[in-house]
Amino acid sequence: MMYDFLIAPFVEFDFMRRALVGALALSLGAGPIGVFLMLRRMSLVGDAMAHAILPGAAIGYLFAGLSLGFMTMGGLIAGFVVALLAGFVTRVTVLKEDASLASFYLLSLAGGVTIVSLKGSNVDLLHVLFGSVLALDDPTLILLAGSATVTLVFLALIYRPLVLECVDPGYLRSVSKSGALVHLGFLVVVVLNLVAGFHALGTLLAVGLIMLPAIAARFWTENVGGMIGVATLIGIVSSAAGILVSYHAGLPTGPTIILAAGSLYILSIILGARNGLLWPALPRRHLEA
Amino acid sequence: MFRFCNVITLVLSVMLGSAAYADDKVPVVASFSILGDIVQEIGGERVTVSTLVGANADAHVFQPAPQDAKRVAEAKLVVTNGLGFEGWIDRLIKASGRKPMVVVASKGINPIKSKDDHGHGGLDPHAWQDVGNVKRYAATIAAALAKIDPEGADDYARREAAYQAKLDALDAEIKASIAAIPVERRKLITSHDAFGYFAKAYGMTMIAPQGVSTETEASAKDVAKIIRQIKAEKIPAMFLENVTDPRLIEQISRETDIEIGGKLYSDALSAPDGLAGSYIAMMENNIREMKKALLP
Repeated sequence: MMYDFLIAPFVEFDFMRRALVGALALSLGAGPIGVFLMLRRMSLVGDAMAHAILPGAAIGYLFAGLSLGFMTMGGLIAGFVVALLAGFVTRVTVLKEDASLASFYLLSLAGGVTIVSLKGSNVDLLHVLFGSVLALDDPTLILLAGSATVTLVFLALIYRPLVLECVDPGYLRSVSKSGALVHLGFLVVVVLNLVAGFHALGTLLAVGLIMLPAIAARFWTENVGGMIGVATLIGIVSSAAGILVSYHAGLPTGPTIILAAGSLYILSIILGARNGLLWPALPRRHLEA
Repeated sequence: MFRFCNVITLVLSVMLGSAAYADDKVPVVASFSILGDIVQEIGGERVTVSTLVGANADAHVFQPAPQDAKRVAEAKLVVTNGLGFEGWIDRLIKASGRKPMVVVASKGINPIKSKDDHGHGGLDPHAWQDVGNVKRYAATIAAALAKIDPEGADDYARREAAYQAKLDALDAEIKASIAAIPVERRKLITSHDAFGYFAKAYGMTMIAPQGVSTETEASAKDVAKIIRQIKAEKIPAMFLENVTDPRLIEQISRETDIEIGGKLYSDALSAPDGLAGSYIAMMENNIREMKKALLP
């Protein structure tokens, strides 16, 4: 019974195994990225960057059809340009980062839509970028695994300054000049994960797999390392659960994965060991004396 | 968001623009490329046809642009497929601010129910895949043209009769081709259910991994069902279409070791110099690809 429900689908079907491997690779990179985005109060930056990437990938599609290489390059270039320009404007003018990022992603989106319609094709951007988690071929899996590897190694290298910049950017600035560089490097990894994610889930859903597990993890621990671990675990569990539910209940796979992550998030709000809503409501035994 | 912006630009452009046609040809707007071809065949020199959803584009996800509303505003006749195929057409005509004559080409055909009713109100709109239905389309369009332009009525009737003869020949050719394929190999798998009418009219079994609309995303359950079915029924080949996502078809092919046949044209023609530049060329291309893959 358990075997039929949990294991048999993966034994029988190659596409199920590929979907699982792809979603797991994505979760590994997404966990830490999401935690740092949340700690830096950049939870909505992922969404903005996803919009910035969209036109780049769509232009890649216009040039070469559904080509993994072109769409990835297009997305990366658009994402990097927006991240760099927004960072630059933030450093040299009075604008805060959210404002400059908002303006540049909107420009990118509008520019992309214009170029696509100038080419005279009715490619619906969102339609093209509906990822297909059920149709991951070898190059796409390698891209997903490669992106997760690069992300984890890179985050390990800049872990200390990154944590420091989250909690006390003023102190980091006083002891080192690496703050701006660390911040930029981090944005580059965010873009990389979003581009990898759109091949599997579509850009907007990829943001879901990055942010929801991280925010849920906040309710279980206050330690950054612990939060990254919990977020990754929640991502992995949601991926597997989403794929299985999609298989048994006949629901579209990408959104089901995000809904699974969303359910875990709501559970965490209520039951979370740290600041969960349920615990203050219960009578506390150790206060009776 | 895009849609709302479109409506505003539409309204603006209609208020500003809409120059009258200089020549005295009858301006006709067809909602998509296949209908455009049929109107052109019947209208000949007397009409100028413009098509809203062009070659190789997907009418399910079409976003009208300002010049589309302009063309609708200038048209005397608008030809649509109906059966819920162009969900956006009513709004577009309303936004154009004029009242052109609208003719629904699928009027009077015998619609079949779609397997699931995502977006199409429960009816399968892809009726042109049965040549018998297109004969009715042609008659309906010829009658509408004669009403708009009574002086040309004889001309339209003559051209329609010639086109009907070509359609009869096409129908016979398809039937002969299918008859040559052994019954157990008359099975069709493509990435969306566009061939329901074709399957019914010509006696093929059709299986598709998505619902009837290209808007819906496949679930793991559907894909698993199809893989099992391909393996169990020993289905010989599957086909790509010109408008849908080929990645899913490729994954299924990898998993079942069945061959991917040529490209079938379902909802849109190719560019005029391509393999399916007209409705008749499209059907001939499709039957040629089916024969290539399904003949033992």
